[in-house]
Amino acid sequence: MGGRTAQRRFRFIPREPTNAAQRPHTRGEQLLTIGLFILPGAVIYTVFLIMPIIQAGHYSLYDWNGLGPLVEFIGFGNYTRAFEHNIFQNAVVNSLIITALSLMIQLPLAIVLALMAGRKLPGRFLFRSIFFMPYIFSEIITAIIWSFVYNPGGGLLNTVLATIIPDYTPIGWLANRDVALLAIFFVITWKYFGLHMILYMAGLQSINSEIEEAARIDGASEFGVLRYITLPLLGPTIRLTIYLSVLGSLNQFVLIWILTTGGPANATQVMASYMYRFGIKSFNLGYGSAIAVIIFGISLLFSLGYQRAIMNRDYAGSV
Amino acid sequence: MAASNLTTRSQRRLTWHQLGMRLLQYIFLIAVSLIILGPILTAVLGGLKTTGELYSEPFGLPATPRWENYISILQSKTFWRQLGNSAIIVIGTVSLTVTTSALLAFVFSRLVFPGREVIFNFFTLGLLFPVTIAFLPVFIQIRQLGLVDNHLGIILPLVAFGIPGSTLILRGFFRAIPSELEDSAYIDGCGTIGFFWYVLLPLARPSLGAVVVLQTIVAWNEYFLPLLVLTNDSKWPLTLGIMQFQGQYGTDWGRVMAFVSLLIVPAVLFYIFTQRYIVTGLTGGELKG
Repeated sequence: MGGRTAQRRFRFIPREPTNAAQRPHTRGEQLLTIGLFILPGAVIYTVFLIMPIIQAGHYSLYDWNGLGPLVEFIGFGNYTRAFEHNIFQNAVVNSLIITALSLMIQLPLAIVLALMAGRKLPGRFLFRSIFFMPYIFSEIITAIIWSFVYNPGGGLLNTVLATIIPDYTPIGWLANRDVALLAIFFVITWKYFGLHMILYMAGLQSINSEIEEAARIDGASEFGVLRYITLPLLGPTIRLTIYLSVLGSLNQFVLIWILTTGGPANATQVMASYMYRFGIKSFNLGYGSAIAVIIFGISLLFSLGYQRAIMNRDYAGSV
Repeated sequence: MAASNLTTRSQRRLTWHQLGMRLLQYIFLIAVSLIILGPILTAVLGGLKTTGELYSEPFGLPATPRWENYISILQSKTFWRQLGNSAIIVIGTVSLTVTTSALLAFVFSRLVFPGREVIFNFFTLGLLFPVTIAFLPVFIQIRQLGLVDNHLGIILPLVAFGIPGSTLILRGFFRAIPSELEDSAYIDGCGTIGFFWYVLLPLARPSLGAVVVLQTIVAWNEYFLPLLVLTNDSKWPLTLGIMQFQGQYGTDWGRVMAFVSLLIVPAVLFYIFTQRYIVTGLTGGELKG
C-alpha cells in the first residue's frame, strides 16, 4: 500500500502546467518523442483489439463459415436470427440473472465482510488475504475444484450435507436444471467477491473516522452511523463496484463453459457461451460475430449510460 | 463522583456489547474463511489420496499418502514442456505490456499536447471489451495474420487487452509524482526521455510492480485464446495441459487433484509475496481515495 499513501500525500500539491519554453528542446523534438512513445502500444492495441472489433461488425453481416471468402451478404439476418432463437433469448436472461444476483448478493456480502474485517479488527489482514485468494486462481483450476465439490457421487458438498442431514439423497448440482445456474453463481461469488471487498476496504480506509466518531458522540447508534455516514461516504466505491460487477457478470464465461458447457439442456447458457457454442463450435463465424457485436453493444450502452448518469460526479472533482 | 461512576458503568456495558459483537464477527468471518479454504484444502490434500478416500473422507489425511500421483506428473516431459510454454507466454506478455503501457502512461500523464485526452480515451475504450468476450473476433484476426500455432498469437492479443487497464493504473501513479521533480530534472539538463528513465520509473516502481503482477496472473491463467490459437499440443501451456489431463484421468480424482495442487501451491506462494502489489494496483490507480 506504499504507493497509495505516496499518491495521497502528493494529491493536493497543485500540478502546474508544464512550461514548454522552459524545456531544453524544440516543439518538433517534443512531438517526435510523443509519437515514438505512443507508437508501440498504439500498433499492438489497434491491430489486436480495435481492428478485430471493427471487423466483427463487418463479418456479422455475412453468412460465413470462417474459411471461404466473404460472399453471402445477408444484412442484419444474423441479428434477427439471434433475437428469434429461443436459446439465445434464454442466454440473455441467464446473463441478466447472474448480473442481478451479483448486485443483490455478491456486493452486499462484500460490503459486510469489508466492514467486519475492515479497519480495527485484529487478524483483519489474514481474513483479507483468505477472502481475496480465489481471485488469483485460474478459471480452470477453480472449475476443476468445484466440479469435484459438486460431483453427484461422492463430491465434497454431498458428503458434507450427508453428514449433517439424515436421509440425505445426493444431488447432481450441475446436472439439475433447477439448481445448476445457482450452483454456478455460488462459484462466481466464491471467486470474485474478494475483488469487491478489497475495493470497499480501500474506500473505507479513506473515510475519516473522526466524522463517525463525532456522530457517535452526538448520540447516533451504530446502525445510524453506518446508514447515514459510512455508507454514503462509501458511495463512490459502491458506484464503481456496481459498474465493474455488471460488466463482469455480462462477460462471465470461462467458468461456466468448463463447469457445464452451458448445459444441462442450455439451462446455464449465457451470452458468451452461446457465442462459443453456436459461433465457433458450429463453424458459423459470421453468426458468432453478430453475437459478439450484440454483447459489445450491451456493454457499451450500459457503460455510457451508467457513466453519464451515475459516475460522472465521482470523477468530476478528482481529475 | 457519581458522574464518573456512571460513565465507567456505561463504558463497561458497551464493552460487553462490543465483545459480543466481536465474537459474532469472528464467527461469521471464520465461517466464510472455511467456505473459501475448504475446497482448496480438499484439493491439495486430495492429491495424496485415492478417489475412494477423496469421496469418503475429503478432509482427513490419507492413510498412506500416494506420492506417486505427484511423481508421475513431475516425471512426465509433457508437464515441464507445458510449464515452459506457460513461462514464454507470461514473460512475453508481461514485458511487452509493461513497456508499452509505461510509455503510454508517461505521455498521458506528464506531457501536454493537443488531443491528449481524446487519444487517452481511445486507449481506455478497450476496458469495455475483455478478452474473455472478444476471443472470437481476435481469433479471426490471428488467423488472418498467420499467427496460428505461434505463441505470439496469444502474447500480442493479451498485451493489446492489457494495455488499457495497465495504462490507467500507471497514469494514476505517474501523475502523482510532483511536478517540482520534473522541473528540477529539466533544469539539471535532463531531456524528456532522461526524466522518464532516471526519475519517473524508479519512483513509480510499486505501480510497475502492480502491473507486472496483475499481468502475470492474467497471462498465466489464460485459457480460451491458447485453446483457439494453438492446434499443435506441443505448444500448449499448463491451462490446456490440465484440461487434457483431466480428460484423460477424469475419474481418478487423486491424480487430477495432484496436478491441481502443483498449480495451486506456487500460485498461493506467489500471491502471499505479491499481495501488496495486487492491492496497490487494484485500488490505487483511479479509485478516488
